[in-house]
Amino acid sequence: MSVAAITVPTVSHAPSSGEDLSEKISIRNLEFFYGDNRALKDINVSLYHGKVTAFIGPSGCGKSTLLRILNRMYDLYPNQRATGHVRLDNDDILAPSQDLNLLRAKVGMVFQKPTPFPMTIFENIAFGIRLYERLPKSELEDRVRHALERAALWEEVKNKLDANGLSLSGGQQQRLCIARTVAVRPEVILFDEPCSALDPISTAKIEELIDELKDDYTIAIVTHNMQQAARVSDFTAFMYLGELVEFGETTRIFTSPNDRRTQDYITGRFG
Amino acid sequence: MAATVQSSLYTSRRRRNRISMGLAFAATAFGLSWLVLILAVLLWEGFSGLSLSVFTEMTPPPGAAGGLLNPIAGSLIMTTIAVLIGTPLGILAGTYMAEYGRYDRLTTVVRFINDILLSAPSIVVGLFVYEVMVAQMGHFSGWAGAVSLAVIVVPVVVRTTEDMLILVPDTLREAAASIGLPRSLMITKVAYRAARAGMVTGVLLAIARISGETAPLLFTALNNQFWSLNLNAPVASLPVVIFQFALSPYHDWQKLAWTGALIITLAVLALSIIARTLAAQRKTS
Repeated sequence: MSVAAITVPTVSHAPSSGEDLSEKISIRNLEFFYGDNRALKDINVSLYHGKVTAFIGPSGCGKSTLLRILNRMYDLYPNQRATGHVRLDNDDILAPSQDLNLLRAKVGMVFQKPTPFPMTIFENIAFGIRLYERLPKSELEDRVRHALERAALWEEVKNKLDANGLSLSGGQQQRLCIARTVAVRPEVILFDEPCSALDPISTAKIEELIDELKDDYTIAIVTHNMQQAARVSDFTAFMYLGELVEFGETTRIFTSPNDRRTQDYITGRFG
Repeated sequence: MAATVQSSLYTSRRRRNRISMGLAFAATAFGLSWLVLILAVLLWEGFSGLSLSVFTEMTPPPGAAGGLLNPIAGSLIMTTIAVLIGTPLGILAGTYMAEYGRYDRLTTVVRFINDILLSAPSIVVGLFVYEVMVAQMGHFSGWAGAVSLAVIVVPVVVRTTEDMLILVPDTLREAAASIGLPRSLMITKVAYRAARAGMVTGVLLAIARISGETAPLLFTALNNQFWSLNLNAPVASLPVVIFQFALSPYHDWQKLAWTGALIITLAVLALSIIARTLAAQRKTS
């Protein structure tokens, strides 16, 4: 790989907001390969602290791939590689020397399918906390409670913390996973289609939650649901065939997109 | 009506279906009837000889009263040692194949060799251990018997461990990784937990498999007419005693052989039931 200069994002990608934004994650000239297949092409985008950024686009456009680069999830699999520059604050996420466990503790992730661990509700949360902190029992219990409260699940499970996490309903499981992610105190939370397996009521709860969480975290969400993107996000990035077509404030993307393809997609003409 | 046009097609299809069903049913009944016959004879012959003395007395000389205590003890000891040797090896190898080396070439090679080992005739295993242990030590021994059984345990456990771990969804691994769990903890705390019932089932199946093995023990532990827990000397085992007694011309020895066969069968049956119960738990959890 040649040492590419970090280019300033082009004007069409820059948000038009006059508000003071602090860049949490900066992605420059990012390319991604599954074997020889180039799945992402020259991506430039920023995630801002305290904001929700939604990634929309038709299936296979690379949204999830992009998300999985931010915590190097792709490293679990062979023949996948990313080139370019992805920085979390000033830390190079793609650096080979990057400590993946510490990175993932800072960049949490919630998946499409709820994935509670096969253990009790309490342990599902406490497990992640214990990895990085040695706490007395009472403090650990407080942290678990706090995480469950943040995920709006406490009231429903407070009397059955010893029950298996898998015994909860799908929506509860997903909130348990959010609580588990929050408990580790990450700086960034990635949501990969977190509601696509949930009913409308659970979806509404998760969306509310994302809205509440955004004050403290930097949030990125991949979604197939454009209404959802419009509801929960501050910024929206539209991706198509591995390219980032357009990035900007959600209100502008949904009302007056610059690119023809964005307009076609959000008006339901394809995808 | 369209139905009348196609009714001949439909009747002939139904007829063919009935014939196939009949054939399948007959084949099943044929296979099962032999199994039922074997079990019936075994229960009939075995239970008539079953008494407390079987579990308290040593194998007798022909014509005298006796039991199966020394072969039962020998089988238990050798089986236990074989499982203690084979299980950790099998689980570690299976873990490597399913987790660390899932995409490695080495895994493909090991899986291929393991499959061969899995179906290798046990007499070959016996000859192998005879060559490397019995011939070197100069005498038959309980240790050699245990090792030959362990060689049979390993591929079974490798296979079930790998299969069960592969069944653990990748999403669970990603979830574990996503909170910063190192791979070792992801495997021991999350993947093993999710696959536990299946892995235990594998070990139980391995025990069931070796508890009836005769050929490898003939070449290694041989047999011992007397009470001996010395693993450096020949040790009696149920399968070998059954083999020897069943082939003998003495009626009381033959009787004991039937009883021994019944004990093994019941033990294996119990293990299978436990294994199935555990597997069912895995599905519901």
